[in-house]
Amino acid sequence: MTQAPTSRARLALAWLLVGIPLGYGVYETLLKAAKLFTG
Amino acid sequence: MRGKFAFPFLDRSRSIAKPGFSRWLVPPAALAVHLSIGQVYAFSVFKRALQAHFATSLTAIAWIFSLAIVMLGLSAAFLGTWVERNGPRKAMFTSACCWGSGFAIGALGIATRQLWLLYLGYGVIGGIGLGVGYISPVSTLIKWFPDRPGLATGMAIMGFGGGALIASPLSVRLMQAFDPRAAAPTAIASGDAVMKTFLVLGVGYFAVMMFGAFNVRLPPGSRGSLAAATSTGHVSPKYAPLQTGVTISAANAIRTPQFWMLWVVLFCNVTAGIGILEQAAPMIQDFFRVPAAAGSSLGATSRVSAAVAGGFVGLLSMCNMAGRFIWSSASDLIGRKRIYVIYLGLGMVLYTLLATVGSRSTALFAGLAGMILSFYGGGFATIPAYLKDLFGTFQVGAIHGRLLTAWSCAGVAGPLIVNAIIESRGKPGALNAADYQPALFVMVGVLAVGFVANLFVRSVHTRYHERFDASPATARPSAPIQFKKVAP
Repeated sequence: MTQAPTSRARLALAWLLVGIPLGYGVYETLLKAAKLFTG
Repeated sequence: MRGKFAFPFLDRSRSIAKPGFSRWLVPPAALAVHLSIGQVYAFSVFKRALQAHFATSLTAIAWIFSLAIVMLGLSAAFLGTWVERNGPRKAMFTSACCWGSGFAIGALGIATRQLWLLYLGYGVIGGIGLGVGYISPVSTLIKWFPDRPGLATGMAIMGFGGGALIASPLSVRLMQAFDPRAAAPTAIASGDAVMKTFLVLGVGYFAVMMFGAFNVRLPPGSRGSLAAATSTGHVSPKYAPLQTGVTISAANAIRTPQFWMLWVVLFCNVTAGIGILEQAAPMIQDFFRVPAAAGSSLGATSRVSAAVAGGFVGLLSMCNMAGRFIWSSASDLIGRKRIYVIYLGLGMVLYTLLATVGSRSTALFAGLAGMILSFYGGGFATIPAYLKDLFGTFQVGAIHGRLLTAWSCAGVAGPLIVNAIIESRGKPGALNAADYQPALFVMVGVLAVGFVANLFVRSVHTRYHERFDASPATARPSAPIQFKKVAP
């Protein structure tokens, strides 16, 4: 029933897989929101 | 739904974590699903192209989104216990199949100019994927993070907000890639480009959600109790005192006044937030409208351009998403009841300030609205943790599903109330700050109702609690736990 502990590489990969698209969405939204201050 | 499922590797028993599994692998699995289904809030980017392609009214196209949201509420409410019984992997797999095939059927509808296929695909089948996909990751994360349920639910539900932030620019880019003429400022993408975009999104979301389905795990033992997770080293024993041990079934939960108080709280919180979201762009322009110069043939103009108004909408989206994570996480420290006192009480103050002094400067207006939207997001994300506090983790997903009917109702009531009041003063986009005051003060009243309902929330009476019958058959970690009502 035991298995090797979850590796850090697997954890990092999993977080990157969701972090990169989320970062893209946040970046695009910040660009849009910046128009509020720059006109 | 109790019959054998075709794929045994999706069974609940096969998704129980073994010792050594890190619970920090579960949030990305949950986010993979929520980031995908969050696309639904970016559906508006297709509206104009679909309207032109089908040569129909905007209302007919808007029905696709409305149908999806209604199905989200219905499937979350009616399939919640199925989700709890069958585990997150099967639920996420089902959600991925529904969401992916919803896009594929929608693409077929666009290709054949059959609008009903879009209703059926994206609206009905995709909507079922939304409901099942929404509650399953939230419920699983609560079980993994009983020590920090607010953080857990904040992470997942932030993903739902984040999904729209990704899908909106991505869909525009895809449509422009498939139809380069659509890059012109006033151009509309062809139906062919929208169809191909649907196909790409469907395949992409299916793949990402599969990643979530195959990485998600349930804590070992009794449906993810803290005791079991602590004993296997998944959770530090120092958090053990936080476990309340309350176990209340979904069927019993809806019989408690606490459930309906929280229903009212969520309904009021969402209704008030939608009040701003619905009219954000025209509202900021109207708040800063300057009268036409004497003798000028032009009408009143706004100091806020359409581009700046678009930036304001972007800011609100960011505040909405950030609030989901920040406020929900903070609720672990502040307490659930207290944080709703802040959301709703401070929300009333902020709405009043917006109505009375919001027109003094755009920075003040944007700051107040941004704060209100962060509370709106926080209210969404904290509610499952509140449910966990009151009803335990046993069927929290199913209870959450039933509570989401408040969201569906608010999604209809909020825009209806706000639009009716605002339109009684004139056409949005040609009003001034004073015209918005009645609608904003109504929102203060709505928040006040939620505030009072929250004050009435107390611990659930023990007569609603389930008693765990620890028979040998249910002692196996993979076996579904059976609860039996015993005389108190």
